Amino acid sequence: MEKRDYSLIGPSAQRAAEQGLVAADWYHPDVPRKRMKELMRRSDGPALRDTAVWLTLLIGFGVAGGLTWGTWLTVPCFIAYGVLYGSATDSRWHETGHGTAFKTSWLNDVLYQVASFMNLKEPTFWRWSHARHHTDTIIVGRDREIAAMRPPDVAKLVINVVGLRDAWDTAISVARHAAGRLTEEERSFIPEDEHFRVRREARAWVTIYVAVVALALVLHSLLPLMYVGLPSLYGRWLATLFGISQHAGLAENVLDHRLNARTIHMNPVFRFLYWNMNYHVEHHMFPMVPYHALPRLHAEVADNMPTPYPSLLAAYREIVPTLLRQMREPDHYVRRALPPAAQPFRPEMHDAVFEA
Amino acid sequence: MGAGGWVDACAIDDVEAEDVIEVECGGRTLAVYRSPEDTFHATDALCTHERASLADGLVQGDIIECPKHNGRFNYKTGEARRAPARVNLCTYPVRTEAGRVLIELG
Repeated sequence: MEKRDYSLIGPSAQRAAEQGLVAADWYHPDVPRKRMKELMRRSDGPALRDTAVWLTLLIGFGVAGGLTWGTWLTVPCFIAYGVLYGSATDSRWHETGHGTAFKTSWLNDVLYQVASFMNLKEPTFWRWSHARHHTDTIIVGRDREIAAMRPPDVAKLVINVVGLRDAWDTAISVARHAAGRLTEEERSFIPEDEHFRVRREARAWVTIYVAVVALALVLHSLLPLMYVGLPSLYGRWLATLFGISQHAGLAENVLDHRLNARTIHMNPVFRFLYWNMNYHVEHHMFPMVPYHALPRLHAEVADNMPTPYPSLLAAYREIVPTLLRQMREPDHYVRRALPPAAQPFRPEMHDAVFEA
Repeated sequence: MGAGGWVDACAIDDVEAEDVIEVECGGRTLAVYRSPEDTFHATDALCTHERASLADGLVQGDIIECPKHNGRFNYKTGEARRAPARVNLCTYPVRTEAGRVLIELG
């Protein structure tokens, strides 16, 4: 079976450029400028409230976990602490990276650094990686954030439920960056004048982790690592489930987010933890819209969108069999159906992709 | 076209306060801004990062935010203020006259 080339510096990157898939024009539904300005409007209020709730819960469960350490009661406390530390930070990293969570820039910048650390995402490295993901979403050879490549490595996806793959990759990457080196692929999307930030952040992370491990050794206790370090693993499962649901099993090399991303209806708890990134098609179309306005954007553009998935479970009922089939048939994927009245976008090009 | 390379770009009322529009004038595509203080400014129309139209972006005070990657510029000076924007925008002198916005293309 021929393995697809997902490298950013290989033949697929060249082919994507030749096919006009690089930095191309993507489909956007028509939204009146006046309405768009309302939806894009920034505010500190929602994110300050949500961050206060998140921090209160994080500290509360952390203190409860410490007080009950050594008893079975500590287990639910650290399960909750872990989800708040290792999963909720994925959307916090993401939204503050876009600079849309808060109106005040420095609030975005502070939470971006904190959440990136907790979520094992090197801040500058991921800022540039994510910019590429938005330019060339699920374009093979251009987007390094394709979670489920074809054929999918299901074993790696499964071990990543507890973050083992991400942690290993990040540990190698941080060590390399702390030593002052970036790979050729990293240099393809991180500008040279940003490299010093990558090195500086990696060295700061190494310092923090060394200090926490040293504290654990001095105290002869695992407890310090239960607060910093390990929750990025044992609390990561929900972020992994959210993350895979965004694009896995859908079309590659299309220029329409309706065909390569999922919008999924979720309960209020998930939406708080995920900061409304379940409206993922809408987020990709209009990354200027803050998370708290995404439900309104979803309603605004609904007529041109595929039917949303009713729940995360419903999405996984599609994703799991699709990924299992892709192990045998890498060309298989789910082709999302647009409503009959929806605006088409470059149907001749997408029909050619689908037929291929 | 007026004297000294000044080009009629649009009517004052075409641009709302704290907003931006895209105009074609003098063979160029430009972005015209109206600040909260009711002053007018002009820059190249496309983001220096990946060429998205800034007229689809968000104006907040002196800042224009690109709609594609949220890069930011000070539209009065052209200075790139937030990654992934790193290269400054080209700005143009602007004056208003008889209800019109004029841009000097030089």
